[in-house]
Amino acid sequence: MSDVKILITDREGQLHNIEAPIDMAMNLMEVIRSYELAPEGTIGVCGGMVMCASCQCYITSKHRLPKMEDQEEAMLSEAFNVEDNSRLSCQIPITEDLEGLELTLAPEE
Amino acid sequence: MIKTDIIIIGAGPTGLFTVFEAGLLKLKCHLIDALPQAGGQCSEIYPKKPIYDIPGFPEILAGDLTVNLLEQCKQFEPGFTLAERAEKIEKSDTGIFTVTTNKGTKHQAKVVAIAGGLGSFEPRKPQIENISFYEDKGIEYIIKDPEIYRNKKIVIAGGGDSALDWSIFLANINAEVTLVHRRNEFRGALDSVEKVRDLKNKNKIKIITPAEITKLNGKEKLTSIIITKDGEDTELAIDHFIPLFGLSPKLGPIANWGLDIEKNAIKVNTFDYQTNIPGIFAIGDVNTYPGKLKLILCGFHEATLMCQSAYRIINPGKKYVLKYTTVSGIDGFDGTRKEAPKSVVQAINK
Repeated sequence: MSDVKILITDREGQLHNIEAPIDMAMNLMEVIRSYELAPEGTIGVCGGMVMCASCQCYITSKHRLPKMEDQEEAMLSEAFNVEDNSRLSCQIPITEDLEGLELTLAPEE
Repeated sequence: MIKTDIIIIGAGPTGLFTVFEAGLLKLKCHLIDALPQAGGQCSEIYPKKPIYDIPGFPEILAGDLTVNLLEQCKQFEPGFTLAERAEKIEKSDTGIFTVTTNKGTKHQAKVVAIAGGLGSFEPRKPQIENISFYEDKGIEYIIKDPEIYRNKKIVIAGGGDSALDWSIFLANINAEVTLVHRRNEFRGALDSVEKVRDLKNKNKIKIITPAEITKLNGKEKLTSIIITKDGEDTELAIDHFIPLFGLSPKLGPIANWGLDIEKNAIKVNTFDYQTNIPGIFAIGDVNTYPGKLKLILCGFHEATLMCQSAYRIINPGKKYVLKYTTVSGIDGFDGTRKEAPKSVVQAINK
């Protein structure tokens, strides 16, 4: 298997059922950008260096995700609109464990 | 009035390399940047991070790339207007552009190159009611003159390096500093965290965590704030509130210059990266065209091609042909000359 299905609700509330490759070393933020689900320059601004929170999303399904590392936790502590299920999508690599993942993009700051 | 050949908006890697390429064509450049230092994102966001795709450099730190680019272009004596944002552009009947910054500095040239990356870096503002009313009336997002905080009551909010570093600095000039952060943990260089801990133990900094500033009070200027911790509100009388939540790039006033904008970027043609306004070019991350990649190395290429057209605008009809630096050397505007050493022509057997 080389793709997983992910359900993404964009900032306008529109649902997208997308397929993400697991063999291209991509992360969730990059997948969102590749499908242009948020305008360029409003998501993944730092390029995935955990130095902004523009790729914040809310995970709405019960998947087991990689544990949050200190850097991500610290960045989210400075971000706005943070909820208990907030994650930085640049810190979630695409693996087969993500099959069926559901998430919503956080509003633009 | 600053007069030059090319006004470059943005002093990141693409802007700096433009100075070099323009210099080879004997064109002088002046750079404008909203940040107080050159380097753009490379020096502001990730100076200590390595870049692996600069041709010829298997690995280079972003900060070192900036230093090298400044060194490479220095003989072409670029001018800098730093910590000012390009605000307004006007074109005269004779085709001369005047670019004015938010501080009123005026620059004049026949060519403008926008190398603004993702835009100018603006402070991220916390979402507190009436916050804009108190801006510059007790709330500052950027510390310009630390001296105004001497012996004053200051609250700094944030958990990153700048919140820590400014807390240390201001505590050391006898400001009464309270540092408020949403979490107990701070994200900063280890020695900064230790210094803050040390100052806290000496009662020179007060730390309130996990807490947030939730209300601002004051009739004409900020006089007190409400700090919410564990659901309880405490009022604190203060002179200044400095929220330090980092910077985020915004295209800003450039978006209203009449340029074709698509996907938060400026549309250009791929012949010379000129925009829909003749004489205004857009290069590097700020532009878009079919197949665009936001890479530093692509910015260098775009800068090089753009300078050829800039030359033709500035010197209409004047002949020129591309020269190789290895062959012709480099003549700096500062009188220096770099050139390859001459080969030795001498008989070995006499």
